[in-house]
Amino acid sequence: MSKYRGNPDAIQALVRDTEVHKDTYIDQEIFELEMEHLFANTWVYVGHASQVPNKGDYYTTTVGTEEVVMVRHSDNSVRVLYNRCPHKGVKVAGEVCGNTGKFFRCPYHAWTFKTDGSLLAIPLKKGYENTGFESCEASHGMAPVPNVKVYRDFVFCRLNPGGPSFDEFFGQSLSTLDNMVDRSPEGKLEVAGGVLRYMHNCNWKMLVDNQTDTCHPMVAHESSAGTAVRVWNEAPEGTPKPMAVELFAPFMSPYEFFENMGIRVWENGHGHTGVSDSIHAAYSPVPGYWDQMVAAYGEERAKQILGDTRHNTVYFPNIMVKGPIQTLRLFKPIAANKTLVESWTFRLVGAPDLLLERTTMYNRLINAPTSVVGHDDLEMYERAQEGLHSRGRDWINIARLYDPAEKGQKNIVTNGTNEMQMREQMRAWARFMTESM
Amino acid sequence: MTAITEKNLIDFVYAEARLLDEQRFEDWLALFTEDAYYWMPLAHDQRDPKLHTSLMYEDKLLLRVRIERLSGQRTFSQQPKSRCHHLLQAPTVEASDPAKGEHTVRTAFHYTETRLDKQTIYVGWTTHHLVEVDGALKIRLKRVDLVNCDAAFANIQLFM
Repeated sequence: MSKYRGNPDAIQALVRDTEVHKDTYIDQEIFELEMEHLFANTWVYVGHASQVPNKGDYYTTTVGTEEVVMVRHSDNSVRVLYNRCPHKGVKVAGEVCGNTGKFFRCPYHAWTFKTDGSLLAIPLKKGYENTGFESCEASHGMAPVPNVKVYRDFVFCRLNPGGPSFDEFFGQSLSTLDNMVDRSPEGKLEVAGGVLRYMHNCNWKMLVDNQTDTCHPMVAHESSAGTAVRVWNEAPEGTPKPMAVELFAPFMSPYEFFENMGIRVWENGHGHTGVSDSIHAAYSPVPGYWDQMVAAYGEERAKQILGDTRHNTVYFPNIMVKGPIQTLRLFKPIAANKTLVESWTFRLVGAPDLLLERTTMYNRLINAPTSVVGHDDLEMYERAQEGLHSRGRDWINIARLYDPAEKGQKNIVTNGTNEMQMREQMRAWARFMTESM
Repeated sequence: MTAITEKNLIDFVYAEARLLDEQRFEDWLALFTEDAYYWMPLAHDQRDPKLHTSLMYEDKLLLRVRIERLSGQRTFSQQPKSRCHHLLQAPTVEASDPAKGEHTVRTAFHYTETRLDKQTIYVGWTTHHLVEVDGALKIRLKRVDLVNCDAAFANIQLFM
């Protein structure tokens, strides 16, 4: 018996003005419908063009739960293909990344495909003559994802042929990606520093919600950031403040700090914390960097770029970007109660190495499976994932600072502890879940 | 002053692991020099701990933060607590410079960390870079290489 399949009304009823039903987080049928609809109707992050710099370079990943391969085609464009041989279904590309040359070759029966997916050759091709093979699905080769957009080297795709355009979907929110790229004196990013992979036994949306949840750091991270601050305070006077302390300490800022820094809510579930201030605003200057930026952009523009210290930007459905610290976290859904969190870092091309060093340190301290901050958060997610099964209550509350007039508004700035961003995410969720049903 | 023997080095490594298994973290931390690092690379044969991310690259301050956090009243990921156990292969002395008082010891391990009903086994090898300080051995660098350092892990909360 399907409770939600083919029943958009039941799905929409899961999202109220100020509450979300627990099934959105724990129900496996909802999860499967998310993969079929939500992750197909939205523009989902695939990877970064710097991962495939040369023709034939590829990178395998998932979009929702779909296995895909991102590849640099012979015309230099970036293509995204479903990683599935049209013959027997074998995953064609096996490595995480590599170079496949001019074509992919399936390791099972040596069918070959151009890097746009089209069928190149089949051994013993005569055996397919007069079989009607031309009208078989397999004759079209590996299926390409029809909609791919490369925006300043960030590669997104939309699995469904129809739906909002890239620009309609993201609107003004692309300004966060712009800011991160502009922080390079050459206007260019490269994936660098390795990727942290952290397995979470919780629903992927818990990670998304957490990114703009400004009422948890001083509570959940008292154990980690709070301890770091306390240990640091015991250091002899005059000891230079280590970079690690500079990265940890702002997590312990009081409620007022997070209220005042503001949150900007765009549309379609995109938004960011840290409008006028943020936990990344007070880092020490990196020698030489300012001069490079002034030389590249002029003083006024350089000040504007570096003065925009946004905290967490959620690109709905499943990435979070931090411009000032050059990280991108990807929340890869695996099951209703399982999510792989990948934390990627970027080098600002042309900028001093110390910036990448700070970025990789931040990633290690905050996003690793060995991170004390990560331990704090994951404990809460997993307790919630278990707690939500309770019959005692059915709803999750997101009422903080709710205003009935907020619905339909976009691109607005509000109090940094407003849960409007979470409400907007769920409104977008209900819309993209049901629009193709 | 008596010279450090191979047995001293091997015994040191066993004793260090036992302090961790018995959760005697203050005693454990005292084994490290002030400029020491505990390094757990994220990549095989990783050379650079700064421009490439690691799982851990902790100076003494960060190790102290971890240790104090483990017993914090509001450290909910340690309520209930994790436990751990090291099963070590016989350590081998890879390099020894008695004149400088520097020694390198390699030890393969199976490490188990448990919490609640979950038990996870990690496999790898440790490289201790030891120095003699006032006749006693101290750790200047403890490097922990996991066989599957680039795998997706859940929480790793204690020390290997």
